[in-house]
Amino acid sequence: MQLFVIQLLSGLASAASLFLVASGLSLIFGVTRIVNFAHGAFYMLGAYIAFTLTDRFSGPFGFWGGMVAAAIAVGLIGAAFEMLLLRRIYRAPELFQLLATFGATLVVEDLVLLIWGPDDLLAPRAPGLAGAVMVVGKRFPSYDLFLIVLGPVVLGLLWLILHRTRWGVLVRAATQDRDMVAALGVNQKWLFTGVFALGALLAGLGGALEAPRGAVNHAMDINIIVEIFVVVVIGGLGSIEGAFVASILVSLVNAFGILVLPRISLVLVFLLMAVVLVIRPWGLFGRKEGAARASGAVVVTPWRPLDRNGRLAALALVAVAALLPAVLGPYGLAVATEVAIFVLFAASLHLLASVGGLASFGHAAFLGLGCYGAALAMKALGLSMVPALIAGPLMAVAGAAIIGWFAVKLSGVYFAMLTLAFAQILWSIAFQWVPVTGGDNGLLGIWPSAWVASPARYYWLTLALVTLAVAGLRVVIFSPFGYALRAARDSDLRAEAIGIDRRLVQWRAFMIAGMSAGLAGALFAFLKGSVFPDTMGVSTSIDGLVMVLLGGVETVSGPIIGAVFYKTLSIWLVNHTDYSKLVLGLVIIALVLVFPAGVAGSFRWPGARAKARSRAPA
Amino acid sequence: MKIMTAVHALLAAASVSLALPGPASAADTIKIGEINSYSGLPSFTEPYRKGWQLAIEQVNAKGGVDGKKLEVISKDDGGKPADAVTAANELVSDDGVALLAGTFFSNVGLAVADFAKQKKVLFVAGEPLTDAITWSKGNRYTFRLRPSNYEQAAMLADEAAKLPAKRWSTIAPNYEYGQSAVAVFKKLLSAKRPDIQWVAEQWPPQGKIDAGAVLEAIDAAKPDAILNVEFGADLVKLVREGNTRGTFQGRSVVSFLTGEPEYLDPLKSETPAGWIVTGYPWYDVKTPEHEAFLKAYQDKYHDYPRLGSVVGYSLMNGIAAILAKAGSTDTDKMIAAAEGVAFDTPFGPVTFRAIDHQSTMGAFTGKTALKDGKGVLVDTVYHKGSDFMPSDAEVKTLRPQN
Repeated sequence: MQLFVIQLLSGLASAASLFLVASGLSLIFGVTRIVNFAHGAFYMLGAYIAFTLTDRFSGPFGFWGGMVAAAIAVGLIGAAFEMLLLRRIYRAPELFQLLATFGATLVVEDLVLLIWGPDDLLAPRAPGLAGAVMVVGKRFPSYDLFLIVLGPVVLGLLWLILHRTRWGVLVRAATQDRDMVAALGVNQKWLFTGVFALGALLAGLGGALEAPRGAVNHAMDINIIVEIFVVVVIGGLGSIEGAFVASILVSLVNAFGILVLPRISLVLVFLLMAVVLVIRPWGLFGRKEGAARASGAVVVTPWRPLDRNGRLAALALVAVAALLPAVLGPYGLAVATEVAIFVLFAASLHLLASVGGLASFGHAAFLGLGCYGAALAMKALGLSMVPALIAGPLMAVAGAAIIGWFAVKLSGVYFAMLTLAFAQILWSIAFQWVPVTGGDNGLLGIWPSAWVASPARYYWLTLALVTLAVAGLRVVIFSPFGYALRAARDSDLRAEAIGIDRRLVQWRAFMIAGMSAGLAGALFAFLKGSVFPDTMGVSTSIDGLVMVLLGGVETVSGPIIGAVFYKTLSIWLVNHTDYSKLVLGLVIIALVLVFPAGVAGSFRWPGARAKARSRAPA
Repeated sequence: MKIMTAVHALLAAASVSLALPGPASAADTIKIGEINSYSGLPSFTEPYRKGWQLAIEQVNAKGGVDGKKLEVISKDDGGKPADAVTAANELVSDDGVALLAGTFFSNVGLAVADFAKQKKVLFVAGEPLTDAITWSKGNRYTFRLRPSNYEQAAMLADEAAKLPAKRWSTIAPNYEYGQSAVAVFKKLLSAKRPDIQWVAEQWPPQGKIDAGAVLEAIDAAKPDAILNVEFGADLVKLVREGNTRGTFQGRSVVSFLTGEPEYLDPLKSETPAGWIVTGYPWYDVKTPEHEAFLKAYQDKYHDYPRLGSVVGYSLMNGIAAILAKAGSTDTDKMIAAAEGVAFDTPFGPVTFRAIDHQSTMGAFTGKTALKDGKGVLVDTVYHKGSDFMPSDAEVKTLRPQN
């Protein structure tokens, strides 16, 4: 009983800080439909600014004043970010804003390192709440009690703002139907700025409140971002109450779960999210997203297969690529091989995200399954390289068949998050199942057979397979199946009316994409000689999305250009600067501003003319 | 981009081909390829970099090795094994380094070790603690400087066995390092003390500890003692929460790495008293070797050394000794020279064992204490690493013998 009460309270205290951050994310998403990756960065900034202020100004006034000031400062940073950057790209395709927020996250990570240094920082404890009080005969931190009270208070304040002010009414209206709000003459610009600032302020406050009970460190953003997305999705996107209930649910299940299964925390939130999404596809308090009125006008130019000249040009490019061993040394070829592998990875994600309109946040799962499939075929079954290269995609397609079956029941961000959940579950299996996968120490000694052992030969093998696979994906895109996939993306109802089984089409696309990514993964395993769980981690999935988005969602060739550009740039930057994240982030932000349709897509931007043309024959 | 890479590659190819015709025409430098998680783990890698830079400066000031200056080409792996392999590839293929060195994370170290085996390059690992790198996944091309997980567990288990505690519990991050630290410690302590019981274990994910819930789960099992393997931000959170809740009161705590300045210093006024830990009391090591190192380090950087500084410094000293003994940058000759080579570290002279390529460098154990609002180690003792190894016969069964 004593343990029950204490675990309950401990869980509720964790829930409070989770809720603050998650509620901000949910608000921002609900109104602006932006998947704000920078939310973790805002949280971390809040903690660092609070550290500086509370460290300098001691005493109760200095401490609590510092907390509030840190939150407000982050709110202002959020407002500035929205006004200077996001405001310029609202008209860009859906998810494109994710790129800007991802760039901002990279920039903040290095800035924090530059400003506050590498060491973990210890913020002072809260004056008056430094100690513990006796609860059911045990010492319980009074600061945690304060947090337990603060959670519902913030929820109440948000409720009052949203339900008792005109601004709040507009925010709720925009959450339900922002086009209608715009049509009624509401100035969306300021509404968005305000919501973004409030969301950032909540994240900053969450970070500031975490400072007195942990260490302020520069991994705070990564360590929270995925978890708060999960909370927001479990609760239902855009729902503050949902975020509140979900954060309590997540924290309590964790607090009690570890009593029974001490290793559960690693995967718990993702299991919970997968279960919730399978049962309630729009989260606990969420609603089915309105018809895609806002995003329906995204694709502006019809795609065409390459004509004769285009094919010749593509062949010429492949020929040039095949001649690279004449000029590149072993290292240059290894980089070129890696780039080629990621071209295939990005192209496979493009089939889902652009052609199918199903942006996956867990596509790295299939890259990883390909890696492990190939590695296990070699290590456990003793097969040689060629069968292992087949085993990789097979394992990936098997995984895609299972995951896809559940995932294609959803769409939009819910689809993205369910794929993320499955990817994380697979990751934790690879991470924990030490006898088979080697855990985080991975599987070693996955080197290519002698006949392709030289860097040039392995490069040619990769180039050949990647070229075939990418060409195959293009054939799929322009086949009747590809048209059906696009039809299902553009209008579910109309597609159904002409007899297209949306789920079946999307499920098949999911498997094709998974298998292609699996081939990329198998090639990757032999390139690196070893396989580790981090290949299927979130950051690899995000890298893939960044490549697709950078290239341009609306183009067929975008992912190829995006992958070549992003991969080469990031390898080069890591080599040439200590602050590669800062530079990479700034480059991404600059590209987002200059090419709001992606690098490849921008040859057709602005698309006013094209839009008119594509609308006419419809 | 592509053009630049190509030009870069061409230049590198040209320089390699110039260097190839034999030792006589090789430039008067020896290149060492160094890889570490500079962007992923700056709190360790910054002092580490300062350490090896100091060592290189000192070696070169004395005329280098055989009249050749040492040059370190340093790369960032961002904490990812795959990126470390890319970096290793560049160092070996393009930069023409004589050998590889460095790495922090165990999985990164293992990936580079496997690369070294495949490409037949010498790799001297600095920090990775996993036993696998010298034992189950050991290979003839890979050496490791720091005392392994096993050695540190053995040192702590020795101390722990002296405690009266009978009911033990463990808290460790849920990945290979935490798992193997707990497994070895349990095995060694149970062997010395058959009377003890293991009553609870907690495995929070690294970087995401829910400290309150974890500590209450431990407390509920009423242990006499706690083994902790948490470090970094997780450790700070665990300690703060435990201090407030009184979980550590009346209990012995044995803790891996907590006495290293990297992890002890951030605890400041929260430093718990009386934890038995491994670490590095830089203020309390009064040997001539260490005093000389300390003075040189402080003169150059106006900062005190962390354990990372010692690792970086000793690593490059060891490499210089290997190169001097081999008199060549031929990999086989360097491996032959490295086995049994003697070199100086701030902790005294050490060598690389021929049997498993593990250095005999040791570690300090001590007790944590709070002094002037800062954490320090008291009652420190230096343990030689080789004294805490299993017998040679057992090591042979642990390591692939071919």
